[in-house]
Amino acid sequence: MLKIENLHVDVDGTPILKGIDLEVRAGEVHAIMGPNGSGKSTLANVLTGRDGYEVTQGKISYRDRDLFALSTEERAREGIFLAFQYPVEIPGVSNLYLLKAALNSKRKHLGLGELSAVEFLKLIKEKVKLVQMKEEFLHRSVNQGFSGGEKKRNEILQLAVLEPLLAILDETDSGLDIDALKIVAHGVNSLRDAERAIIVVTHYQRLLDYIVPDYVHVLANGRVVKSGDKELALELEKHGYTQLVQSSGEGAARSAGA
Amino acid sequence: MTSPANDLDRLVGREYKEGFVTEIDAETLPPGLNEDVVRAISEKKREPAFMLEWRLQAYRHWLTMREPRWAQVQYSPIDYQAISYYSAPKQTPGPKSLEEVDPKLLETYEKLGIPLEEQKALAGVAVDAVFDSVSVKTTFRNTLAEAGVIFCSISEALQEHPELVRRYLGSVVPQGDNFYAALNSAVFSDGSFVYIPKGVRCPMELSTYFRINAMNTGQFERTLIIADEGSYVSYLEGCTAPMRDENQLHAAVVELIALENAQIKYSTVQNWYPGDELGRGGIYNFVTKRGACRGHRSKISWTQVETGSAITWKYPSVLLEGDGSVGEFYSVALTNNRQQADTGTKMIHIGKNTASTIISKGISAGHGQNTYRGLVKVLSGSDNARNYSQCDSLLLGDRCGAHTFPYVEVKNPTARVEHEATTSKISDDQLFYCRQRGLSEEDAVSMIVNGFCKEVFRELPMEFAVEAQKLLDVSLEGAVG
Repeated sequence: MLKIENLHVDVDGTPILKGIDLEVRAGEVHAIMGPNGSGKSTLANVLTGRDGYEVTQGKISYRDRDLFALSTEERAREGIFLAFQYPVEIPGVSNLYLLKAALNSKRKHLGLGELSAVEFLKLIKEKVKLVQMKEEFLHRSVNQGFSGGEKKRNEILQLAVLEPLLAILDETDSGLDIDALKIVAHGVNSLRDAERAIIVVTHYQRLLDYIVPDYVHVLANGRVVKSGDKELALELEKHGYTQLVQSSGEGAARSAGA
Repeated sequence: MTSPANDLDRLVGREYKEGFVTEIDAETLPPGLNEDVVRAISEKKREPAFMLEWRLQAYRHWLTMREPRWAQVQYSPIDYQAISYYSAPKQTPGPKSLEEVDPKLLETYEKLGIPLEEQKALAGVAVDAVFDSVSVKTTFRNTLAEAGVIFCSISEALQEHPELVRRYLGSVVPQGDNFYAALNSAVFSDGSFVYIPKGVRCPMELSTYFRINAMNTGQFERTLIIADEGSYVSYLEGCTAPMRDENQLHAAVVELIALENAQIKYSTVQNWYPGDELGRGGIYNFVTKRGACRGHRSKISWTQVETGSAITWKYPSVLLEGDGSVGEFYSVALTNNRQQADTGTKMIHIGKNTASTIISKGISAGHGQNTYRGLVKVLSGSDNARNYSQCDSLLLGDRCGAHTFPYVEVKNPTARVEHEATTSKISDDQLFYCRQRGLSEEDAVSMIVNGFCKEVFRELPMEFAVEAQKLLDVSLEGAVG
């Protein structure tokens, strides 16, 4: 589904990603872990086409197409979804309105008709239950005055409604208490099937107890320094990133000197 | 006074060089303003003698006045002698049905999407269409007449209800009120007149479409709405104008009078030609709108969506005279390209326990300059007056400007006046968030702007709210990206 080859990315002229290779197949869940500043969020932003990231080398194919040929909104309509680390507030625009606009723009792109108001409301009511939100949330302005946990749950509600093929969760667990974490994980897991892939970007192993990954990759200094299965996450929890980061730093220094 | 009937014929008979954008035979006075022109207009409309006298007083007062310069707008000087003050589509007197109306005129309305015909019956809206200066057709007069509502052109009202016009005209906006109001009082050509009798709730929304079509013909509309005791009326005003290269002056006056327990809701969607990207052309909109809550517990509510005009100078105001009366002002003003808007309101608290609300949303894009200017005044006899003002500005891009000038004058210690103001920008984060959800950049901007204007849009009648949103989308085209 997603194939990243030798990806190099600069931000303001500073190299952040320095040669990432990653392949994600349909049905898989990949966790990307790593310390602060390792490039995890940069990877999420490049995949979704945010401005300010300059790809200097490498390529990404998504469902056998050149990802960079697609605009941000085209990627979204083709099934790439990012659950934001910091969901954005939009005053005066109701959650319901955004959800409907988003779903219909996707349906239109896929050649499906727009949902009628009745069909849409029926769908939404189902999804709201999934993330255990009150229906009144739908009528509040997007993320305005929401607590941190509510914002994250709202991201998962959008995820559930849009049913993406490739979901990227960017630090969705940060700031969540254990109950909210379970709700979020439940929402994500209910989407898991053979058609879809999920990339979980996180600092901590905790979320991975609930969303169990098939693969774990450790990112440090802009490179994948280690890949493994879910056991790798547990190992990291025990020993920390320090050792891995140091060895990758030496590697970088060596290659720079060569 | 010699009645210059011959002069008039001579003046009117002259060839109009430029012709019309819509090719309709028109009677147009040549450019210039003097007492004879004022007399000619009054004569042309067969007005009662008091009206001519009233116009002449206004004209003489206007001569002593100077154009105001305090507004935050810039434009080259207007040559008032280069403007033609009267233009009427030529027609056989009094068309009785649509068949009698000039088909070219109807075609123009079609193009503007104004359903003058029977569709309006379904929508339940009566339209008094003002094309240039003379009312062409008034619909639904009968339904309204059954309710005792008078809805006609002000020219007709002068013929059929001169006592009502005489009693109320100029009672809220006196002839000498300001430069443009004085000019309007001297030369107004036509406009709408509404009278709602005691205890009547007007059975439909009343609406007027204005259109400036004749080249170099300033429009001087005069609207007078009287809501008698315990009555209610909702009036909609919508405007569009075709492309043109020369600036056009528009100086309308609207007067509202609400007697005891009466309510007037006045909604405007204004979309006159704003000029091109470089600021060429476009309408100068210098309007005086004011309502008087004359009776106890009366209420006047202004809602406006201003997206057009090169320059907007407009302060719909309420005089809160009656005890317990309520004034409201809800406004969205958008400036794009080189547009300039200096708009706001005046709430004058005179009676006891009066309340006013001001919600102003300014949107600036391109090189647009948007100014909110508002006055809240509480007189010494106005015990327990309350005001709440909220002025929000939204900036798109970094070449536009937003300015806020709130004036507050309080002469009574029991008054409670609140003012809140915010300025914000559409952020890259907001745009990226929406686009990541599959919305195009334009849809995202439109959605964010509409969200910003929500508190005002919900005050508009349903069909107007939809129109207003579309208008914002069109007006913002090219503002982003």
